[in-house]
Amino acid sequence: MTTAEPSGNARTACLRGAAVRAAIREALGMPGVVLFASYLGFGSLARETGFGLGAGLVSTATGWALPGQMALVELWSIGASLVAIGLAVALTNTRLLPMVVTLLPLLRGSAPDRPVPRWWLYALAHVIAVTTWANAMRRLPELPAQSRPAWFAAYGATLFAVTLAGTAGGFFLAGVVPKPVTLGLVFLNPIYFLMLFAVDLKQRARVLALAFGLVTGPLLHLVAPTYGLLITGVAAGTLAFVLDALWSRRGGA
Amino acid sequence: MSGDHLMGSGDVWLPLLVAAAVTYAARGLGVALGGRLDPNGAVFRWVGCVAYALLAGLVARMIVFPVGPLAATGLPVRAGATAAALLVFWITGRSVLWGAVAGVAGLSLLARLIPPVL
Repeated sequence: MTTAEPSGNARTACLRGAAVRAAIREALGMPGVVLFASYLGFGSLARETGFGLGAGLVSTATGWALPGQMALVELWSIGASLVAIGLAVALTNTRLLPMVVTLLPLLRGSAPDRPVPRWWLYALAHVIAVTTWANAMRRLPELPAQSRPAWFAAYGATLFAVTLAGTAGGFFLAGVVPKPVTLGLVFLNPIYFLMLFAVDLKQRARVLALAFGLVTGPLLHLVAPTYGLLITGVAAGTLAFVLDALWSRRGGA
Repeated sequence: MSGDHLMGSGDVWLPLLVAAAVTYAARGLGVALGGRLDPNGAVFRWVGCVAYALLAGLVARMIVFPVGPLAATGLPVRAGATAAALLVFWITGRSVLWGAVAGVAGLSLLARLIPPVL
């Protein structure tokens, strides 16, 4: 069965083609629309802060996770040091690591005839972020193992293109529309994440981190503009983590 | 439009490189370490809390004390637009898209109606 019969190969290719088409169709639905809109915000932020189109596109292509990109542009615009920027982006994006760890077993799948090459996994990992991770975790188990890498590659590549288009679109839009609308586009960044927070209020530790962060962020900004964000993350995040652990121990929940 | 405006100032590239490196490090390490890590372990739960708090702090700071272009709008404008976005978000059954539309429209309208407080 494991020998590659022509008919088996043809069937696999057919499955892969169907998976690719399905992935592109799904990516261009709601996930694409929402990501495009949020990257319009990032593109206009890149223009209005003077970060630039080229740098904005490179940030989207290499970062491919909006929270870290926002931290980069915002901290850069207030003249924060390289160390402060690097640490803030690292702290924001280390959350991608467990996403990669949980998604990878699904991608590696169990296709004994053709194992997924290792470099392919390293490439696919680059397009693991909140949207792709959440949808792939839901979708991949429904697909046959041999067509999963194809599905995810097509899904990720489509959304990758969408975010680049959104970044460029936001940059140009911000230069064309009246000033109040440009400000509205820049305002997309914080408002988008505020709503994502509201969708995801199931874990107590996260709710606590959110509440402490919302209060501490503005206050520490007044005291220490460039390192305030880092201190907010570490202090408010650690407090939330510890309180949640204590709570669990006491309540046994 | 000048080329400099398009590309941005020269000092963006080093921070960009650092940001790209630390971001890919998280993803690459995920592949390299893979099964040897427990994604639900204490370290990652702590990392999740820190990332959440940091992002929440950034979002609140951008609304309350914006440093960039949004500083041209008054706090009532930003607070009103935030309220409009969240209201529409709830009314539409938690639609991030409609909430975002309401936030952008709300800020654009309020910024036009209420003059900036300087």
